[in-house]
Amino acid sequence: MAYLELDRVAKQFGAQTVVDDFSLSVGKGEFISFLGPSGCGKTTTLQMIAGFLDPTRGAIRLEGKDLTAIHPAKRGLGIVFQSYALFPHMTAAENVAFGLEMRGVPRNERAERVRAALAMVGLAGYEDRHPRRMSGGQQQRVALARALVIKPSVLLLDEPLSNLDAKLREEMQIELRQIQRTIGTTTILVTHDQNEAMSLSDRIVVMSQGRIEQIGSPQETYEKPASAFVSQFLGKTNDFAGTIDRTVSPTQLVAGSWRAPAPAGLGGPVTVSVRPERIGFGDTGLSAKIMTRIFQGNHWLFQCDSECGPAIVIRQNDGKAQPAEGDAVRLTWRPEDMSVRARAVV
Amino acid sequence: MSMAAEERSARAPWALTAPALMLFVGVLLIPLAMTVMLSFHDWGQYKGIEPIFILKNWHEIATDPYYAEMFWRTFRIAILTTFLTAVLGAPEAYILNRMSGRWKSFFLLVILGPLLISVVARTLGWALLFGGNNGLVNKLLMSLGAIRSPIPFMFTETGMVVALAHVMMPFMVLSVWAALQRLDPQIENAAMSLGAGPVTIIRRIIMPQIMPGVLSGAIIVFSLSASAFATPAIIGGRRLKVAATLAYDEFLNTLNWPLGAAVATLLLVALVLIVVGSNALIERRYAEVFR
Repeated sequence: MAYLELDRVAKQFGAQTVVDDFSLSVGKGEFISFLGPSGCGKTTTLQMIAGFLDPTRGAIRLEGKDLTAIHPAKRGLGIVFQSYALFPHMTAAENVAFGLEMRGVPRNERAERVRAALAMVGLAGYEDRHPRRMSGGQQQRVALARALVIKPSVLLLDEPLSNLDAKLREEMQIELRQIQRTIGTTTILVTHDQNEAMSLSDRIVVMSQGRIEQIGSPQETYEKPASAFVSQFLGKTNDFAGTIDRTVSPTQLVAGSWRAPAPAGLGGPVTVSVRPERIGFGDTGLSAKIMTRIFQGNHWLFQCDSECGPAIVIRQNDGKAQPAEGDAVRLTWRPEDMSVRARAVV
Repeated sequence: MSMAAEERSARAPWALTAPALMLFVGVLLIPLAMTVMLSFHDWGQYKGIEPIFILKNWHEIATDPYYAEMFWRTFRIAILTTFLTAVLGAPEAYILNRMSGRWKSFFLLVILGPLLISVVARTLGWALLFGGNNGLVNKLLMSLGAIRSPIPFMFTETGMVVALAHVMMPFMVLSVWAALQRLDPQIENAAMSLGAGPVTIIRRIIMPQIMPGVLSGAIIVFSLSASAFATPAIIGGRRLKVAATLAYDEFLNTLNWPLGAAVATLLLVALVLIVVGSNALIERRYAEVFR
């Protein structure tokens, strides 16, 4: 049964629809990411769950109860803000204790739980520090401890790692995932960083212009993107224009001089999407010329000019000789490595 | 780099600041020093100012209870004015900050607008409103049933505090406004998500963070009120003197410049001590918020 459920939720500001027809069921203990470019409505959706915004239409339910009828202060959700929004006039311990104080937790128990929460995020001994005397990463941890100490029914993370530098961000990703696994809190993360979404979540909700493009596991959304937007947004991809030829039997999918048995259910002009790392150099296939060859340590990056337009190829650096710039090559891939979508002909 | 060039570059900052420095020395430090020196000179009805060193004026101020009463009145009015602007100005700034764009800029203009009008004109406006027992303010208060008999506003401390508070309000609002700008826009949401109600949010989260703004506004309002001249002169007149109007009278009516200089110097020293002292206290107390 769904733990947190969003049922056709929509939000309008004046005439502008920011979120539309958003439906999602989140299981207990699940880690969900809302992924999309800025302005896609992911933060608005999070704020509706938090209660800072009211949905224009639709329902949000937590364990079957209507969440929109409950005041944000009574929802019992833990929220980590992009700016952390720590209370600068309070020490780390006072920040973490605030939520417990509001819940009337007795002083002794409060001190114990605050200490445990700060220890969990690796800040034991920082109890008396003020936020402005802490680094960005430490402030982030305080914010996380403050949200988790109240044992929230759902943890909402609004781009929590975007203010950290790349190295620290990776460390925090791993730590966040471990903490979430340990305590099992249902978590929703809002992010525009596809790597972050993929490495942290059980399922990703890819959003664009207020609508859900795809809901699926990180692998699903990467391997089987439901739309051109998803394949473009999650990593690099090559889109080739092809056609499905039904005049021959069995029907064939043709893209330039690459051909394969056609998948069922489609006909006419199609777009063939292939990830750069799934393309190999072979004896048959799409003819192309290598324009640039870039060495990137563990892999080679080739930019090619193919008969179906520009193509990117990534090859593992396995120590074997690679084609050089200017070489004519044939690009080939296994049929199961591509996704095929109908293409509108202009 | 050669020695000469090094020397030249060391002199450059001095050369560049020299014009401003000279202006500062010429129009502020020298007159100030002269005023301080003047306060140690002698004065007589028929002999005028005698440039000798004498403690007569300071002795008079220290012993005559008239001066103690007058300085005490000056600071009492300044403290009450400061209190009134803080109590009204801080909520005003908070409400202003929560308004939406268009209304916000309109009301900000309403609050700052009075700064464009001369203090004399604004105070004369209050004098018209107070205007004895039949003044508009008294009529309004009586018709609302707030008071039974008219409150004397003109030539009283009450009137002076009301008029001064109005004159000083923009400084308090601006100061609190600046503190509010430093708040994290999500801070109220953060407190709310942790279970805090609106009153708790204001008392526990907002107030402590804007307190430095209120206090620095208070320092500005206090020092400006204590040294204000136009408003006390118009509302208080000759009957109710404060330090600034007393110094003015000594200079221009009694022509006892040395005594006036002593009053002015004492006011300056007292203000500097109070402002510097309270500033140091505030910075220490709110070190974490200021960082």
